[in-house]
Amino acid sequence: MSSSEIKRGVPEGLWIKCPTCKATLFKKDVERNLNVCEQCQHHFYTSAGDRIAQLLDENTFEEWDANLQPVDTLGFVDSQPYSKRIVDQQKKTGLKDAAVTGRGFIRGRGVVIGITDFAFMAGSMGSVVGEKLARAAERATELRVPLIFVSGSGGGARMQEGILSLMQMAKISAALAKYDSAGGLYICVLTNPTMGGVAASWAFQGDITLAEPKAMIGFAGARTIKNTIRLELPDGFQTSEFLMKHGFVDRIVHRRDLRTEVAQLIDYCDMK
Amino acid sequence: MVPEPLPFEADIHQLELLLDKLEGAGGEGASDETRRMKREHRALLKKTYDNLSPWQTVEVSRHKQRPQFLDYLGLCFEEFVELHGDRAFGDDRALRTGFARLGEHKILLVGHHKGRTLKERQECFYGCTHPEGYRKALGKMRIAAKFRVPIVCLIDTPGAYPGIGAEERGQSQLIATSILELTRLPTPIVCVVIGEGGSGGALGIAIGDRVSMMQHAYYSVISPEGCAGILWKTANDETKPRAASALRMTSRDLQQFGVIDDIIPEPLGGAHRSPRDAADALKKHLQRRLRELVSLSTEELLAKRYEKFRKLGQFA
Repeated sequence: MSSSEIKRGVPEGLWIKCPTCKATLFKKDVERNLNVCEQCQHHFYTSAGDRIAQLLDENTFEEWDANLQPVDTLGFVDSQPYSKRIVDQQKKTGLKDAAVTGRGFIRGRGVVIGITDFAFMAGSMGSVVGEKLARAAERATELRVPLIFVSGSGGGARMQEGILSLMQMAKISAALAKYDSAGGLYICVLTNPTMGGVAASWAFQGDITLAEPKAMIGFAGARTIKNTIRLELPDGFQTSEFLMKHGFVDRIVHRRDLRTEVAQLIDYCDMK
Repeated sequence: MVPEPLPFEADIHQLELLLDKLEGAGGEGASDETRRMKREHRALLKKTYDNLSPWQTVEVSRHKQRPQFLDYLGLCFEEFVELHGDRAFGDDRALRTGFARLGEHKILLVGHHKGRTLKERQECFYGCTHPEGYRKALGKMRIAAKFRVPIVCLIDTPGAYPGIGAEERGQSQLIATSILELTRLPTPIVCVVIGEGGSGGALGIAIGDRVSMMQHAYYSVISPEGCAGILWKTANDETKPRAASALRMTSRDLQQFGVIDDIIPEPLGGAHRSPRDAADALKKHLQRRLRELVSLSTEELLAKRYEKFRKLGQFA
């Protein structure tokens, strides 16, 4: 059976179930509502393309480095070779890798933007993500405009690219440090999920750190922690609300307000 | 003293036990036999250690008797003025900081310590740093930078501590801040992975002008156990070695990728067989690298450091 036949036969594409309030929702309605549950405000996954439409002024996005491709430096094989996984993920998502970067306008304010898309290998960071975000920070330094990164990265650094993934944390950090030294405003928006090496680098290097409600954010995975300490984890552990309570997030912002709030913050932090 | 054998050292261990007995007995008659066995022992060690698999390297890097931060402290450095505390929460014993002397250099020494006795290991969480450790290290490193005191970081951690308190106190935030600030800290920084280079916990203090590894150390984005658990659902004797091979985490791999500058040779059979010799090699390396770096201007130093990390990565 081909994949198109599977799609036609199953109606589940029309309806989705909210994992929080368990309501059955008409998918089109949810999409019209920025992929947020109308009943309980659960924030569903939203793609990099959707984000751009939600955050930037219409038709102002100019994408950069769209053709950067990952390579399998390690010759990494798990259940399948990484080289094959890359091709499959590219077909599935229409993306070359997990990051989309470029420039555009938010309510008339020029910005550089970078987004990691969870759909591509859980938004994990390899050399392409590292290179694109580093270039974005460098160009924001040259252009002297605010830099907005939106993180959606489950695994953090991508293990299929081994140590080179870990080094992307350093590479992006170096570029962000330069941007910071030059007086740049960096706003990071944490979305579900932001973990591991992404959390331990650029996601927590912003001047201002925003988070979508109830996103999972943390360094170590819950399972790793449970296996280490052999205790149950408290309710709401590693959520946006947990992070704000402990002092690591400036504001929790509903998706529909992000655009307005980012624009508002930019106006307070004049980069001239 | 006969070192505790690793799983792949059964033959080596037999020889070492015999040699130990012969040397203990002493006497003229034993000497020819002893010399022959010593040659055999060396040959076997060389053969084994020249061909360590990635997983065997991990085992060597974790050997109970492998020299740790405090061992190197005693063997390489002439003085240590420890500086405690992060001024916000506490004094992480997994990460030690203080002024030290290394030959002609006055430096700030920063390093993970794993501990040897159970009590010591519990006190420093087996070398797993909490957020306050990174805050402490960055604080002390800023003092060093203020007076342009060079910094030496010795990395030896399975990873940053995965726990409730660590998350509550901002493990991600503190590692992220440390990495960012080290990329622009205006003083020479020399980093050496002496044992385990476990992921973000290692990287948090592994940003410098020179980054190197002891020969049998490993440095990886994820532990072989963690990788095996994710990819093959369980970390066992079959999947851990597979993960270690797949991740390409040995010093030779990292040098090939351009991630590290130097491989510091270990004595035959690993640093634990002769901590003195390992320390000598480390000391020589540190002195040579520090001498090169202290002569650079701050602008040049930072421009080169930026370039060093900026160029890492492979894509098409």
